[in-house]
Amino acid sequence: MIDWRLNGRAIIGRAYPRVLGVMREPSWILFDIFLPLLGIAAYIYYYRAMNAPEMYAGFIVIGGAMTAYWMNVLWSMATQFYWEKEVGNLQLYMLAPMSRMSVLGGMALGGMLMTTVRAVSTVLLGVFLFNVHLTLTQPLELTLVFSFTLIALYGMGMMFSSLFLMWGRSAMQMTSLLQEPIYLVSGFYFPVRAMGYWVALGASILPITLGLDGMRQLLFGASSNGFLPVDVEIIVLAVLAVVFFFLARYFLDFMETMSKREGRLTLRWQ
Amino acid sequence: MKERIAGHWRTFRWASWLGWQMEANWTNWYLFIIYSIAKPIAGTLIVVIMYLIVFGGVTGNPTFFSYMYLGNAFYIFIGQALFGTTWVIHEDREHYQTLKQIYMAPISLFVYLIGRAMAKIAVAGMAVIITLAFGMLALGLPLALLNIDWALLALAMLIGLLCMVSIGVALAGITFLTAKHGYGINEGVAGMFYLFCGAIFPLTVLPDWGQAVGRAIPITYWLEITRRAMLPNSGISSISGLGDYSNIQILSFLLLSAGIFLVLSIGIFKYADYLARKKGKLDMSTSY
Repeated sequence: MIDWRLNGRAIIGRAYPRVLGVMREPSWILFDIFLPLLGIAAYIYYYRAMNAPEMYAGFIVIGGAMTAYWMNVLWSMATQFYWEKEVGNLQLYMLAPMSRMSVLGGMALGGMLMTTVRAVSTVLLGVFLFNVHLTLTQPLELTLVFSFTLIALYGMGMMFSSLFLMWGRSAMQMTSLLQEPIYLVSGFYFPVRAMGYWVALGASILPITLGLDGMRQLLFGASSNGFLPVDVEIIVLAVLAVVFFFLARYFLDFMETMSKREGRLTLRWQ
Repeated sequence: MKERIAGHWRTFRWASWLGWQMEANWTNWYLFIIYSIAKPIAGTLIVVIMYLIVFGGVTGNPTFFSYMYLGNAFYIFIGQALFGTTWVIHEDREHYQTLKQIYMAPISLFVYLIGRAMAKIAVAGMAVIITLAFGMLALGLPLALLNIDWALLALAMLIGLLCMVSIGVALAGITFLTAKHGYGINEGVAGMFYLFCGAIFPLTVLPDWGQAVGRAIPITYWLEITRRAMLPNSGISSISGLGDYSNIQILSFLLLSAGIFLVLSIGIFKYADYLARKKGKLDMSTSY
């Protein structure tokens, strides 16, 4: 029997320090929002230096906005249980009666605040500073693509967090490894189709790949060189969202049991 | 004096050793090598594919390709040197919770930070070599080992790395005062250099004010002189926006701006250190 009220409170309880934390330390606005925009601007200027069509600047803007969510999933979801273990909080979560997924859900909810501000700032930078033209003709489809992408993405983050529960320092290194190579194969800064059909197909296991592709098709039209029809991408993303949710649940239970058996839950500084 | 130098050397040596252990001993050596290669190669391939999408092939604009590729390859040093220095504060303070002990130990924190950064710089060096080799073998980057101006490259690397580490020290000072933004600070400052220093496109692409910012940063001159050393007499500097200056002039600008940044970095670090102690932030934990 699931205690929904308890789990709901756990979600809010875990989201609370993240929201409050960013309110208390406004320096994140500079470090996590303004400064990362400079790297995105560099890619826009790079395309401009090559006289690429203006639409490519838009690709960068959308990719840059979604980078914020990918980074949040990696560093504030996937590695978070590892981090909690290292600082000694994990055992407290294990002792508490709520579901571990509620804790992770709270982290996701709290983390989305800062991440959404960064993502919106990136889009605003593109629109106002670089005159990127976004044409929104199918708002419902865009909402579906974006929502399913985020749900699937955070589900995947939950799944990773269970895997990282077992790992030591390698968790941090692996997280770091999931940046540039993923930016490459998922087409963060160019249409994923440019990587070739099979690479794009393989990368589609990551929700961000189809999410980015779908959003670009909906915002820039047919010339965005999309990989699959948007309708198909929405269905695949919805399936991925469900699959990652159940996988996360399964892996969390499995890894928790294994960690307890091997005595790794309180093992620090491996 | 002699004893003091010996003490600093000992701190540097052991900090480097510690940094290397933390960097490399988390896995098997072959996985570590794959990890060290995969990231920079992927980072390079991103800009290469963007180039290929626009030009259709490496030969589309070979001078621009060489300019971009070399800048992007050497830029690996910047990210790693900054991250290597700054992340130490966050890691020692919040993860291992040893910063207090290190702070109280009879060693120079400066030297310790520089020593810890050495491991990242070593890995970056390996990544740069692999990236350049990949460019030569797979993408036709026109590098010839016998043509490289090794003396100029060595001098540029020495000044450039010192400059990067000094900037890293300043950021480490700022990290004393912030919550867990260590990663964002690195990403952001590295992004600033990527944008303003002509890493992957010539300075002339930027608006005037952006070019002025770029010309005030030593990294701009470091990237320019390393490109000239790698491809002497290739005309690569003709598109950089700094083509009117000779190698000696670029080196002088590098030295001057690096010196100014060094003084600024030490000042920032000392002031941040003072504030951190005053506000009780040396053992802050921010795992929200």
